[in-house]
Amino acid sequence: MQMPIPNAAVLDKKQHIVHRLLTVLPKEAVISDPSQTRAYECDALTAYRCSPMLAVLPSDTEQVSDVLRICFEEGVPVVPRGSGTSLAGGALPTADCVILGVAKLNDVLETDYDNRLIRVQSGRTNLSVSGAVEEDGFFYAPDPSSQLACAIAGNIGMNSGGAHCLKYGVTTNNLLGVTMVMMNGDVVEIGGSHLDAGGLDLLGVICGSEGQLGVVTEATLRILHKPVAARPVLIAFDENEVAGACVADIIKAGVLPVAIEFMDRLCIETSENFAKAGYPDAEALLIVEVEGSEIEIEEQLEKIIAIAERHNPVELRQSNSEEESAKIWLGRKSAFGAIGQISDYMCLDGTIPVSELPFVLRRIGEIGEKFGLRVGNVFHAGDGNMHPLILFDANKPGDLERCEEMGAEILRLCVEVGGCLTGEHGVGVEKRDLMFDQYNAEDIEAQLHVKDVFDPKWLLNAAKVFPLTATETRRNAS
Amino acid sequence: MIPTSELELVEAIKSTSEPVRIVGGGTRQGLGNTVKARESISTSALTGITLLEPAALTLVVRAGTPLADVQKALDLENQQLPFEPMDHRALLGSAGASTIGGVVACNISGPRRISAGACRDSLIGVRFVDGSGNVVKNGGRVMKNVTGYDLVKLMAGSYGTLGVMTELSFKLQPKPAEVATIKIHDVDDVTGVAALSRALGSPNDVTGTALVDGTALIRVEGLPKSVKYRTKALKDIFASQNVSVENDPVKSNGIWAAVGDVSELAGCRGDIWRISVKPTDGPVLVAKLRAAGIDLKVHYDWGGGLIYLRVNDDLNLRDHLAGFAGHATLIRGTGAGAIAMPPQNALVAKLETGLRAKFDPRGILNTGIMG
Repeated sequence: MQMPIPNAAVLDKKQHIVHRLLTVLPKEAVISDPSQTRAYECDALTAYRCSPMLAVLPSDTEQVSDVLRICFEEGVPVVPRGSGTSLAGGALPTADCVILGVAKLNDVLETDYDNRLIRVQSGRTNLSVSGAVEEDGFFYAPDPSSQLACAIAGNIGMNSGGAHCLKYGVTTNNLLGVTMVMMNGDVVEIGGSHLDAGGLDLLGVICGSEGQLGVVTEATLRILHKPVAARPVLIAFDENEVAGACVADIIKAGVLPVAIEFMDRLCIETSENFAKAGYPDAEALLIVEVEGSEIEIEEQLEKIIAIAERHNPVELRQSNSEEESAKIWLGRKSAFGAIGQISDYMCLDGTIPVSELPFVLRRIGEIGEKFGLRVGNVFHAGDGNMHPLILFDANKPGDLERCEEMGAEILRLCVEVGGCLTGEHGVGVEKRDLMFDQYNAEDIEAQLHVKDVFDPKWLLNAAKVFPLTATETRRNAS
Repeated sequence: MIPTSELELVEAIKSTSEPVRIVGGGTRQGLGNTVKARESISTSALTGITLLEPAALTLVVRAGTPLADVQKALDLENQQLPFEPMDHRALLGSAGASTIGGVVACNISGPRRISAGACRDSLIGVRFVDGSGNVVKNGGRVMKNVTGYDLVKLMAGSYGTLGVMTELSFKLQPKPAEVATIKIHDVDDVTGVAALSRALGSPNDVTGTALVDGTALIRVEGLPKSVKYRTKALKDIFASQNVSVENDPVKSNGIWAAVGDVSELAGCRGDIWRISVKPTDGPVLVAKLRAAGIDLKVHYDWGGGLIYLRVNDDLNLRDHLAGFAGHATLIRGTGAGAIAMPPQNALVAKLETGLRAKFDPRGILNTGIMG
């Protein structure tokens, strides 16, 4: 992984920068000792590590503004960091950067049930946003797998999804407004408690901009009343293709489940050995979840089961209790952990048109054979967001590189069939160099225009998202 | 100019040295600030559905395609655009056939915006030609996509100022099998909006919440048993009020089409303002305007957060909105010389100006329409 050469002039004035930061932050909020900055050397993409020059932990918007203004004046690169759970290396430091962590910004500022919104500081974790309103029967819908740890700031940066976005949408569909600090320290309010922008939809382009346009310090989020109940059904097939066809038929029939999850044989077996959820011996397994009152759940399940039965499932397991529902989900929720027990793995995130599922699954199998690596598939089938898990041995020289090469080939396949490189994890550094496989030079240039306007000196997280060759002139001009 | 292909559109933009007005079907020409341009570019020849894949809930369509054609094609598959775009013709007194590109350019949504999101939320991909004649694509045809910046959202509601859209992709929705409307009669604004808030804050998946002529309207859609169940649940919530239910789907659809199109204000004389605020601020704001002696007729949608006002006096309504977060647009009339589109604060305006300068450096596309 190539990263820009650290700016020697910036490294040379480290002490001066520390001194200036200490004029706006308390001592404990400025981390400069290399033994401590190492804690920030990577995020959840642990294959790449680099200690930052400094890390700072401001505790309000004003402090974030002061920090960014100083870094702007000194020409210091800044990498914003939520909770560090990015699978794409979105928070990977450069050696000459200041890591700006929002971990101390974790207050709830306002809950408003009449208007169905909550305003929080951006370092608050995803799950604790729902936690703040669940006693009153409400929840925040986007539910990335890392929701226990991941911060709203990172969710906004990556436009995070989750298992239930088939019904509720992703972060951008649930974000009403932000307070954002620009790289020069200006504080801008965009959106709020009303719907839709009066001018250009800046909120729309900020969400998913991977911390490159500004640092979001506060967010207004849409909350919803919890459904009365939810219930999954497990449907197992002896062919991937049939499972794929079943997904298409369910969607076409006009039922919109909240989630349709898919697991292939490797994932079924591995998670079964690990979690003992009682999964059947099958090639493919779907978990379809519906929500509502008892009568509504039954009405939807009736339709789904009728469709599934036309595809001759090897097993169709309904849940009769909370415990049985939990057991159906157990294997799926344990899948990543279970794979992690048996091997190192790389998790991909390409999205494909749902109709291409059978073809893509077959091709992934063939690509795995070509590279001599095993691959498991566990993903959100309803929206085509795949998560192929490529198994490799991190201690075996050359295996990581082979795995990355294979990952790139799978992602190119996703693009070829009309999909994209990443559905919910973000580009980060991980998929940065594949961007030209999806977009041509003009497409990329249009995106760079946006960065030019928000961060003209290209200091914010500038080594991410776009191939370095495409941004070199701009980064070096600053 | 009426380019018949994206390539011709590129040529048209590259070869012009003058400001141009971007035209779709012309039904929403009255929206936005006045554009000073002698030339126009029409998307009316860029038509046709490129891809309709019901099993993936996906539609890809060229920008000049009439909305009616899109809806007809979706009807055959029992699917729909989730955001229920409103028809502006009666309100603006315009004629013609709305295009899907025009809907996107103005980010037009209807009553279902409250549950299914705005036009911008269903839009998943876009192709456009920017002000320099570059063809740009962003997003694609899959509903989960975080590959690079989301220019799709930026283009929705950009009124053609960043580029002329040529092709659009949408996430679709199955058409509901049933629909019912719960009516709460004889409510004042405060009680009515409170009822809408209560419905939206319940677990009943409400897909429409309006307050028109003293009647609060609440819509539920879905499978038959589910609609029946939720209708009863909502009736029970408002049992102490004067409640009736419209179970006839044709009549219900008529009610919501009229809500979306703001039909009851269309025939009125006077200015029409459109205001977006926090829902509970809606009745407070209206009471304040009434207290100031302004002659109003009011239409609430989106749980009270979207307000259409017919104002008989010639005045700039924005002078009376201090203290309310949100924005006000002059849809029709003179507004005592007010500009139509809401002005932005200095920092946001600077970002918008910066973006326009990048996407349209010569400043020729619908110049000034947004401010």
